Amino acid sequence: MKTIWKQFSVLPSFSLTLGFTIFYLSLFVLLPLSAVFLKTATMDWGALWVTVTDPRVLASYKLSFGASCVAALINMVFGLLIAWVLVRYSFPGKRIIDGLVDLPFALPTAVAGIALTAIYSENGIIGHYLQLFGIKVAFTPFGIIVALTFIGLPFVVRTVQPILEDLDAHVEEAAASLGATGWQTFRRVILPELYPALLTGFALAFARALGEYGSVVFISGNMPMYTEITPLLIMSKLEQFDYAGATALAAVMLLASFVLLLFINLIQWRTGRRYAAKG
Amino acid sequence: MENPIPSIRVQPKSGTIIRWLLIGIAFLFLFLFLLLPLFTVFYEALKEGAQAYLASLTEPDALAAIRLTLLTAAIAVPLNLIFGIAASWAIAKFEFRGKHLLLTLIDLPFAVSPVISGLIFVLLFGTEGLFAPLLAKYDVQIIFAVPGIILATVFVTFPFVARELIPLMQSQGTEEEEAARSLGASGWQIFFRVTLPNMKWGLLYGVILCNARAMGEFGAVSVVSGHIRGLTNTMPLHVEILYNEYNFAAAFAVASLLALLAIVTLIAKSIVEWKTVHQEYTRR
Repeated sequence: MKTIWKQFSVLPSFSLTLGFTIFYLSLFVLLPLSAVFLKTATMDWGALWVTVTDPRVLASYKLSFGASCVAALINMVFGLLIAWVLVRYSFPGKRIIDGLVDLPFALPTAVAGIALTAIYSENGIIGHYLQLFGIKVAFTPFGIIVALTFIGLPFVVRTVQPILEDLDAHVEEAAASLGATGWQTFRRVILPELYPALLTGFALAFARALGEYGSVVFISGNMPMYTEITPLLIMSKLEQFDYAGATALAAVMLLASFVLLLFINLIQWRTGRRYAAKG
Repeated sequence: MENPIPSIRVQPKSGTIIRWLLIGIAFLFLFLFLLLPLFTVFYEALKEGAQAYLASLTEPDALAAIRLTLLTAAIAVPLNLIFGIAASWAIAKFEFRGKHLLLTLIDLPFAVSPVISGLIFVLLFGTEGLFAPLLAKYDVQIIFAVPGIILATVFVTFPFVARELIPLMQSQGTEEEEAARSLGASGWQIFFRVTLPNMKWGLLYGVILCNARAMGEFGAVSVVSGHIRGLTNTMPLHVEILYNEYNFAAAFAVASLLALLAIVTLIAKSIVEWKTVHQEYTRR
C-alpha cells in the first residue's frame, strides 16, 4: 500500500507512542468491551429476545429513558440559565459558584446518593415539607429524576458557557439598535447560536444519566416495575449469577450509548468543535 | 473587558429586575442541588458527635477500605497518566489517518454505564469467563479480589488525563518542539525541557480528575468486588454497606471523607485553571 497515512514530521517517537496508545487501549478498553458482544453472539437469539423484552425489563427501559430524558431537559433549561448568569452578570461569590458547578463530577456517586436520599426522604429537610403537600420524592420515580439531574448538571453549563463567552456583542447591539427587545434579541439572535451546544449538553447529560447507578440505587428504593432502572436490573441479574441475562441487557444499553455517542460526534463534526466531555 | 467607547445599548428598565431574578433562580437551583447535599453529608456525619465520627473512621473495616481505595488510585492513576502522555504526544504532535476514530475510542469508557464497566471484567475473568480455565490453572483470582477492582477502576478513569492533554497540546502546536529538534535536542530532552513545562498544569488537572473518579467509583467496582469486608471493600462500597445496615452516622462519616476529597479536587481544579490562564497570558 503506497498511500501516505501519516504526514512527515521531524519529531521523534511517533511509532512508539502510537503503538503504546493502541496497545493500552486494546488491552484495557477494546478487548474487555468486545467480551459483551462475544458473549451475546454465543447466546441463543430466541432466549435473548425473551430476556430483553421481559415486562419487568421493558418497564426498566421506560423508566431509565424517561427519567434520563426529563433530567436532561431540566438540566438544559437550568444549565442555560446558570451559564447565562455566570457569563453575563457579575455578583459576589461568582468564582465559587463557577467552581461549584463541577461538584457532581468530583463527588462520588454513592455519596451524592445517600445525601439526596437523606434530604428527600420523609423526615429529610425538604422531604419533610413536601410530605405536607402529599408529595413523595424519595423511593419514587421523582427521586430518580432528582438524582439524575444532580449527576448531569455540569454538562449543559460547561458546553454552553464557552459559546456564550465567544458570542460577538456587536450582533446583539445591532439587534437592539434595530428595536428588538431584550427577549427578542435572546430568542432570535442568541439562542440560535447556542442550539448545537445545548443539544450536545443535553445528549451528554442524557447519556450519563442513562448509565448512572450509584446515586440512583439509594434514592429509588428499587421496586420492580416501579423504580427499577436498567443498570440496577443488570446488577441484580449478576448477583443471581445470570450472566447471560445481564449481558443481554448490557448489549442493549451499550447499543443505546453508542448511538448517543455517534449523535454527539455528529453535532461536533457539523459545528466543527469538540467539547470537553468529562464525567 | 471594559469597552473604552461608551456602549449605546438600549437598556430597558426591566433589565435589573430580570437580572436579579435570573441570578436568584440560579442560586436557588444550585443551593438545592449542590450545596444542600454537600452540607447534609457533613451534618449527618457529625450529628452524633466528634467522638462517634472519629470512631467510625478508625474502625478496622473503615481503615481497610481507606487503604484499598488509596492503593487502587495509586495504581490506576499512574497507569492512565503514562497512557495519557503517550496518547496526547502521538495525537497532538502528529497528523495521521484514523485520528478521529482513535479519539472516539479513547472517549468510549465515558459512554459506558459503570455497571457494564464492571460486567465486562466478570465476563472475562469470572467463574464462567473467557479466561476462567487459565486463571484456575494458575490459581489466580481477579474477580471478587483486588486485581478486578484495579482493572475496573483503570477502565472507568481511562480517558481523563488523555482528554485534558490532547486539546491543550493541540492548541500549543509543534513549533517549539521542532525548534528544539533543529537545535539538536534528543527526544527525552524535548519532552522534559519543552513539552512537559508547557503542559504541566493541564497534566495536573487531568491527574486530579482521574484521581477523584478512581477513589470515588462505585458502580463498576461494586460489580467486581464481591463486598468482602476488610478485604475488597473500597470507601464508596463501605459507605453502601454501612448505609444498608442503617448505620447512617458511620456511613456519612466515611462519605464525608470522600466529600472532602471532592472539595479539595474542586479547589485544586480552580487553582490549576487560574494557572493555565496565567501561563497562556505570560507566554504571549
